[in-house]
Amino acid sequence: MAEILDYTIVSIILLAIGIYGLTVKRNFIRMLFAVEIIVNAANLNLVAFSRLMPSPNATGQSFALFSIAIAAAEVAVGLALIIVAYRIYRNIDIKGLKRLSG
Amino acid sequence: MSDPYFIAVSAITIASAIIALEFRELIYGAIALAITLLGVAMFFVLLDATFVAMFQITVYVGAVVVLIIFTIMLVRREAWLKLDEGGRRRVMGAVIALAVIGLLGALLAGSSIARWQASEDVPTLIQIGEEMLTYYSPAFIALALTLAASVIGALVLAKVERDKGEEDEESSSEVGVEERREAGMEEVERKKEGEGEEGR
Repeated sequence: MAEILDYTIVSIILLAIGIYGLTVKRNFIRMLFAVEIIVNAANLNLVAFSRLMPSPNATGQSFALFSIAIAAAEVAVGLALIIVAYRIYRNIDIKGLKRLSG
Repeated sequence: MSDPYFIAVSAITIASAIIALEFRELIYGAIALAITLLGVAMFFVLLDATFVAMFQITVYVGAVVVLIIFTIMLVRREAWLKLDEGGRRRVMGAVIALAVIGLLGALLAGSSIARWQASEDVPTLIQIGEEMLTYYSPAFIALALTLAASVIGALVLAKVERDKGEEDEESSSEVGVEERREAGMEEVERKKEGEGEEGR
């Protein structure tokens, strides 16, 4: 059985990869990938703490379930935005979306 | 750190997360993302949270990644492969990522959670169900409304633009052949998009 510290370290690495992706990538869909990775790092932490705390309880797992459902909704809206932006600009480079700020 | 399963799963998860962001072809990136999400589901199994693992596989790998792959197929263009990310951008991103790892790692190493003793109790499915339907029932209802609102919002986002496009096409019926041909191509693309939405 791995310790809680191992799980938090894996979670930090996933978070850092996600932040790298959000900083570097200019492709809208890639940035959505990065957001998904960050959300999953957070979920991993929730479930790890739920199981490996000195007194385990189910709250972390319930929160992880809520978080997964919210992330699914976020992806649906994000992909709809991508399709709308693609229809308008014929591109998914986020530099083109700067014009949205008016 | 002695658990070989844990080391294998974390290697798979982290490697495929990097591949998801760095592989040139977007479709393979999406498949690597699916493997990352499966890796997280495997972590959940290692943590005795089998229900959350099944939920993760159903929602993420079953729905989200399939949705992403449909969208990629809908809007794919060769030009994206040439998107210039720039060396400086890349270096800054790597510096920020390493700073996050360093700072949070130092914070954790200095904290007391390294000395925690894991107990043998496992949170059961019954406990999760009781919590979600009693103490967290307002959040549960709010979650249902949020999901409904986001689905309706996504549909509205996709629909309004289509109506506008049809008006444009009607107004452009008097213009030259080339432009009409373009409008026809757009209609074909729109049909494809409509199919993608039905798939959703």
